Amino acid sequence: MSTATAIKHDVTWQPLCHQADLVAFSGVAAWLETAEGPAQVALFYVPGHETELFAVDNHDPLGGANVIARGIVGDVKGEPVVASPLYKQHFRLCDGVCVEDPDARLRHWPVRIAGERVEIGLRG
Amino acid sequence: MNKQRLIIIGNGMVGHHLVEQLIERHATDRFDIRIFGEERHPAYDRVHLSEYFAGRDARSLAMGEVGFYDANPVTLHLCEAVTGIDRDNGEVVTDRGRYPYDSLVLATGSYPFVPPIAGAEAGQPNRLVYRTLDDLDTIRAAAADARRGVVVGGGLLGLEAANALKSLGLEAHVVEFAPRLMPVQLDDQGGTALRDKIEKLGVGVHLDRATTEIVPGEDYRYRMHFKDGESLETDLIVFSAGIRPQDALARQCKLEIGERGGIVIDDQCRTSDPEIFAIGECALWSNRIFGLVAPGYTMARNVADALCSEAGDEQPTFTGADMSTKLKLLGVDVGSIGDAHGATEGARSYRYNDETTGIYRRLVVSADGKRAIGAVLVGDNAAYDTLLQYVQNGIELPADPASLILPSVEGAPTLGADALPETASICSCHNVTKGAICAAIDAGATDLGAVKAETKASTGCGGCAALLKSVVDSELEARGVEVDQSICEHFAHTRQALYSIVRVEGIRTFSELIEKHGASQGHGLGCDICKPAVASILASCFNEPITDAAHVPLQDTNDTFMANMQKNGTYSVVPRIPGGEITPAKLRVLGEVGEKYGLYTKITGGQRVDLFGARLEQLPDIWSELIAAGFETGHAYGKATRTVKSCVGSTWCRYGVQDSVGMAIHLENRYKGLRSPHKLKFAVSGCTRECAEAQSKDVGVIATEHGWNLYVCGNGGMRPRHAELFATDLDDQTLIRYIDRFLMFYVRTADRLQRTSVWRENLEGGLDYLKAVVIDDSLGLAEELESQMRHVIDSYECEWANALDDPEKLKRFRSFVNDQRPDPDIIVTEERGQLRPA
Ligand SMILES: Cc1cc2nc3c(=O)[nH]c(=O)nc-3n(C[C@H](O)[C@H](O)[C@H](O)COP(=O)(O)OP(=O)(O)OC[C@H]3O[C@@H](n4cnc5c(N)ncnc54)[C@H](O)[C@@H]3O)c2cc1C
Ligand code: SF4
Ligand code: FES
Repeated sequence: MSTATAIKHDVTWQPLCHQADLVAFSGVAAWLETAEGPAQVALFYVPGHETELFAVDNHDPLGGANVIARGIVGDVKGEPVVASPLYKQHFRLCDGVCVEDPDARLRHWPVRIAGERVEIGLRG
Repeated sequence: MNKQRLIIIGNGMVGHHLVEQLIERHATDRFDIRIFGEERHPAYDRVHLSEYFAGRDARSLAMGEVGFYDANPVTLHLCEAVTGIDRDNGEVVTDRGRYPYDSLVLATGSYPFVPPIAGAEAGQPNRLVYRTLDDLDTIRAAAADARRGVVVGGGLLGLEAANALKSLGLEAHVVEFAPRLMPVQLDDQGGTALRDKIEKLGVGVHLDRATTEIVPGEDYRYRMHFKDGESLETDLIVFSAGIRPQDALARQCKLEIGERGGIVIDDQCRTSDPEIFAIGECALWSNRIFGLVAPGYTMARNVADALCSEAGDEQPTFTGADMSTKLKLLGVDVGSIGDAHGATEGARSYRYNDETTGIYRRLVVSADGKRAIGAVLVGDNAAYDTLLQYVQNGIELPADPASLILPSVEGAPTLGADALPETASICSCHNVTKGAICAAIDAGATDLGAVKAETKASTGCGGCAALLKSVVDSELEARGVEVDQSICEHFAHTRQALYSIVRVEGIRTFSELIEKHGASQGHGLGCDICKPAVASILASCFNEPITDAAHVPLQDTNDTFMANMQKNGTYSVVPRIPGGEITPAKLRVLGEVGEKYGLYTKITGGQRVDLFGARLEQLPDIWSELIAAGFETGHAYGKATRTVKSCVGSTWCRYGVQDSVGMAIHLENRYKGLRSPHKLKFAVSGCTRECAEAQSKDVGVIATEHGWNLYVCGNGGMRPRHAELFATDLDDQTLIRYIDRFLMFYVRTADRLQRTSVWRENLEGGLDYLKAVVIDDSLGLAEELESQMRHVIDSYECEWANALDDPEKLKRFRSFVNDQRPDPDIIVTEERGQLRPA
């Protein structure tokens, strides 16, 4: 069973914010309550790209501050990334892995747009 | 056909080079080649011998590829010294046998000279020298439990040896017979400058000292006695008092020898016996020995040509060699070019001597003052390449030759590669001219690596690397070969090219630009390199608010939120205070805002107030209050005009001759909001006392009795650079016209994130060119540059005021789009009565 199908079966979708809160080709931060405690989510909206919406942790593990949503969105060889605004490391939007330092990674969540709403997928 | 027998004696740098040259010419088809070396190691790079103490081993110092002699049909005899030459029978004699030759080449190099000193006779254990790998092993062993080491001889090699002793952890001293260091290459002042530098590094320098005797010491192993009665104790002594050509074999077989040693050779490098050549440091040409590797290589090439030529071919000739040298001795730059001593009839000199920094430069020019013929550099070799080209190619000097050695030319552009003639020697180690480089490029070498492989340029001492690169780049460019200067993977263009595209095609958004001109047509999101660069170009050209929807994703976080992000994710706020002039009432507002929002306040170097610690969602409120009190944004977050610092000037100061504050405010209001490749700082001083430090700014203005002097391209910060005087005694209008043109020319032609100082250093043609463009309008651009500036000024709008008027834009200033709370992880603590990140 592949991971993708695992997610499809195991997640519950929870509303997070409005589509209008998103900024095209850029990021915003959202507050998320989960069973394990609160989290800050950085949402990146890339209209026209094969995946249009990404959710990763807003906390920059290398800079130690909650700033990821305020980084520049771009791509490295076609792979969407965000550059941390503090020290400019690049994190892949699809899985949160840091390009320069693969040991550093951001949490990431499935997200989708449902009507006007942005929903985030949580396990269990 | 029977092969000819060719024997080479000496497997040093030059002997080895000869073998390489012969193989390149396929000489092994015609010759059986044997080469004898008395050392244990196959030829190694003696020039970099000292790196042996810095961790390189014999293998990595070896010349040529590993296994070179196994891979080629050449017989190498190591550890086999030639003991005699039997010219009558045409044989070479060693302990192991006799080897017949048809042609013979002597490449026996030289040996270190040890002065006749009682107690340092041959065989004494304290008689150390610095020439071979084995010598270095012996020195290392002797240094094992030594504290102090002395080098006898303060020449080039002696100083290298002193450095080696230092690197072995010894207290190092240099004892020199002459009254100055490096007497051959330097003049008195150069020698003094070098001495000062070296003493500062903790190396003892003893000049004018002739050693008479070495006896056992009391505190150290030995005591050296000098002629003047002084003495010095030491554990170890290395002799480096000059080299002598290794001509023993030649003497013994009665070849002609020079009066003071050296095997006499003619222009074909033939000795008095036409079957026998001599090359390298053992050879005496025109009564001169060449103690550098490059002339030896030239001789080797000539001999290879001569051996491979057919009867009737023109014979190559050796015509002497340039003895210019560029070195780092004990970390100190030293350069000596051509006639360093000004010995040529009628020669005149320019000298620059800075005793504070220990930088000394001397330029020797011909009697008519038109050509450079020599130079001495100590403490800084930045000017070496340029001066060498002037000397070697007889390029006519600029109107003011002194400018070549004055500090303002520090890091000045090398003579533009275009200006060099085809015959200019680019790499003297391998005798590669600019013409040869062009030929290699025309034959298909399309990058630096290929040119190096093809011509060998820059594979010797490496001193020519920078010059080679600039020649290759400019030649490739001249041939229309794309030198890859793409700013990132998304655009195969330079910033300058993107700037022109944007202007010419009137492109107003990033998406249009990447669609039409991106590297992967239509795909790609851009990145944190190209997006801010394009944002800056668009702003310089059209000056639309950076917070507009099309532009906002391009900006760095600082521009996006119009504040400077600090390490905990909060921002600092810097309102503009033009010229640093502020009313008490406005100052009070800053205090009140700081207090109300709990901001840490600090005065900046640019005469403003910086308020730290504002959270994202507080920024709009803070700015509403500031704007209500009459403040505007200060662009401290942008690559843009920052501040115009000023002194109080003639309104208050007893010395002031113009209203510097008035001018500063005028300039700041004129250029505020101008976005550029990097930040721009200005200053205006009210008189020559220069209290505003205008000469460290991108644009500096200093008042004179008659108007204003304009300085440009200065910089403080990491790489300070003094601004250069650009124009004098200007009236207000002319001053502003020149600054308009200067700034826009910079915006148009500079690289991404290139300050004016670096831009200026890379500007071909230098300051004179810049003056021609700005003052004389040599490109016919002046009107366009001024009108572009006019557009930027006319379209100025405070970005914060613009954003506060637009609820859509304000939505960005929320810590969370779905929650009102501030970021709970921002924690502060108190220090010296203010808040700071915990
Ligand atoms: C520490 C140091 C730093 C230097 N720095 C520079 C520099 O920065 N720039 C520069 O241009 N030059 C520099 N030089 C000088 C440069 O190394 C010489 O110019 C170059 O090595 C000369 O080459 P050569 O082949 O003539 O002599 P060598 O390299 O000395 O080779 C001669 C070889 O012949 C062998 N030999 C002699 N007699 C016999 C015999 N009878 N039988 C068999 N073999 C024999 C010797 O053992 C030796 O290996 C430096 C030299 C030293 C020692
Ligand atoms: S630069 Fe001149 S005018 Fe300005 S404060 Fe100093 S002394 Fe006074
Ligand atoms: S000058 Fe020595 S490598 Fe070119």
